[in-house]
Amino acid sequence: MNIKTARTGGLALLAIIIAMAPIGFTNTYFYDVGVNAMFNAIVCVGLNLLIGYAGQISLGHAGFFALGAYGSAILTSTYGLPPLAAMLLSAAVVGLLAFVVGRPILKLKGHYLAMATLGIGIIINIVLKTESKITGGPDGMSLGNFSVLGFSIVGDRMWYWTAGVLLVLTVWLALNLIDSPVGRALRAVHGSEVGAEVVGVDTSSYKVLVFVVSAVFASIVGSLFAHKNGFITPDIAGFFHSVELVTMVVLGGMASTFGALIGAVILTLLPQVLAAVEQYEAMILGAIMMGTMIFMPKGLLPSIVASVKRLGGGR
Amino acid sequence: MRNLVKWGAAAVVAAGLCPVAGVAGAAEPIKIGSILSVTGPASFLGEPEKKTLEMYVERINKSGGVLGRKVELIVYDDGGAGDKATTFTKRLIESDKVDILIGGSTTAATMAAVPLAERNETPFISLAGAVNIIEPVKKWVFKTPHTDRMAAEKVFADMKKRGITKIGLISEDAGFGKSGHDQSLAVVKEFGIEIVADEVYSPKDPDVTAQLTKIKNAAGIQAVFNFGFGQGPAIVTKNFKQLGMAVPLYESHGVASKDYIKLAGDASEGVRLPAAGIVVPEQLAATDPQKPVVTAFKKDYEAAFKSDVSTFAGHAYDGLQIALAAINRAGSTDKAKVRDEIEKTSGYVGTGGLVSMSATDHMGLSPSAFHMVEIRKGGWVLSD
Repeated sequence: MNIKTARTGGLALLAIIIAMAPIGFTNTYFYDVGVNAMFNAIVCVGLNLLIGYAGQISLGHAGFFALGAYGSAILTSTYGLPPLAAMLLSAAVVGLLAFVVGRPILKLKGHYLAMATLGIGIIINIVLKTESKITGGPDGMSLGNFSVLGFSIVGDRMWYWTAGVLLVLTVWLALNLIDSPVGRALRAVHGSEVGAEVVGVDTSSYKVLVFVVSAVFASIVGSLFAHKNGFITPDIAGFFHSVELVTMVVLGGMASTFGALIGAVILTLLPQVLAAVEQYEAMILGAIMMGTMIFMPKGLLPSIVASVKRLGGGR
Repeated sequence: MRNLVKWGAAAVVAAGLCPVAGVAGAAEPIKIGSILSVTGPASFLGEPEKKTLEMYVERINKSGGVLGRKVELIVYDDGGAGDKATTFTKRLIESDKVDILIGGSTTAATMAAVPLAERNETPFISLAGAVNIIEPVKKWVFKTPHTDRMAAEKVFADMKKRGITKIGLISEDAGFGKSGHDQSLAVVKEFGIEIVADEVYSPKDPDVTAQLTKIKNAAGIQAVFNFGFGQGPAIVTKNFKQLGMAVPLYESHGVASKDYIKLAGDASEGVRLPAAGIVVPEQLAATDPQKPVVTAFKKDYEAAFKSDVSTFAGHAYDGLQIALAAINRAGSTDKAKVRDEIEKTSGYVGTGGLVSMSATDHMGLSPSAFHMVEIRKGGWVLSD
């Protein structure tokens, strides 16, 4: 199968699914869950570039997400900036921060890198909790609607379409990036860092680049999430949120953009579906995760694709 | 075999994704929606609240329900996270189509749900403490627990009575403690009391000796007031005794549970705090209208769950009773009528105190809802 057709085919399928899904939506709660799923998907597609392709772990992405959210909240509520400008400014600051801290910490490997990124997330969480004069502290802060040039996004339906367009755009960007020289360089870094260096890949630059890109993705989604929810608390910067994001990527399938997307959607929907059997929620969720890790160590999508291929070949 | 297992796992995932179809009963039940922090750091609030709601809903249904209709309780766990509360509130209102919301264990979860309740015009009785939930008054939002401001006023009134004019304030720098700190500063002047030392600590600090030493060395200190809940106040109390501080120590209503006495041990001897009648049901005067209510509730709760009753369980009980009484008076679950009836709640005797709401007061507790209690020999002693 040609890579080019797989890419456009996948994108088209994604667009169709997003467009058709609302047929089954009976009320705005479904739109809300849909928006959350797509927001998570965007973050995960970005994070997957780092984890799946460059092979670097980050346990601090919830921190970048929260910085985007709080950046938007503070700049629009306290300083009266237009939401779009606030979002872009926050994203720029987060990008800069990711660049500054990414440079030294991406020299670390394995557990050490995990620890360092974990530290960043926790520090951001603590700052948001304690600087209550600016951030509202643990009780959180509220903010207004997102608007561009007098046109504001209100209600779950409009957010759904906005998130849908952004998700398709993000996936398109990610697929192109992976297929570019940068993407190939990243995969070389993942395969063997020494090997990549030997053939002339500037590994540390590429690692920092992809770290910054994924942080900016998280920041922008954070801003949008804050406007959509209208209320944010420092919990969004919490350790568990970071772990949740990494889990989504790993469950769906590392080094597979659509896999990360599927992982994000499943893990957003599952708690909502399982809330009906509330006492067993954690148990069922755990069993699914364990089952996937044991029987599909490469993640859902790559494993399913491989077994479909095998079935097809055997016939 | 391996394939079979794989497909099995896939089937589990697929089955999990199918929306669970709602089962429609014969007579339309009255639906109560509740978002509680049953797990996570605030589970000491949400867990007793959930148990209380479930126990009383079951009991009410056994005795025929309300308006001849069964009561259905739908509880979602926000895990203590405000942003999760938003989605679950939306689900309760839009998808489950509840008639009334009772819940929001924490102030953050409540504040996340408030805009949704207001926009969808659904009556909402919160179980969280901060005063900003009901001030300024929000048309559809009510609450049952005492506010931090009431606690501060009760403590300062007691200090004034004992002739204390200069105090040290030490508070948790998060959530409950922070809000209490701000409210304390706002009302302290009315009592002619001056805060000469104002220190903070983090909920997880293992030691607060440094902050207490500063307070100890402040000139003319006559008492210390600590605002916080969970482990913090127990540590403050222990350090306070270790430093040999001889002035009286006051705590907030946040420590009115046996866990605090257990954690602080002997150091808690002599600590004074404001608490609801439910903490000392046996000691309430026989004429106190609250006495039968709190005695019965304590007995029911402790018999059913074999654990000490807490004020938090009481807040849920009050919320449920106020809601059902209002539905009963309204004669239907018409949201606007129910809201009006909740606002007209008058003379309800709850575990928190006497409740009389009005258009300007969506909590309705009078200052007399608090009693001053002192800890003696590991137990509560009513002292006013």
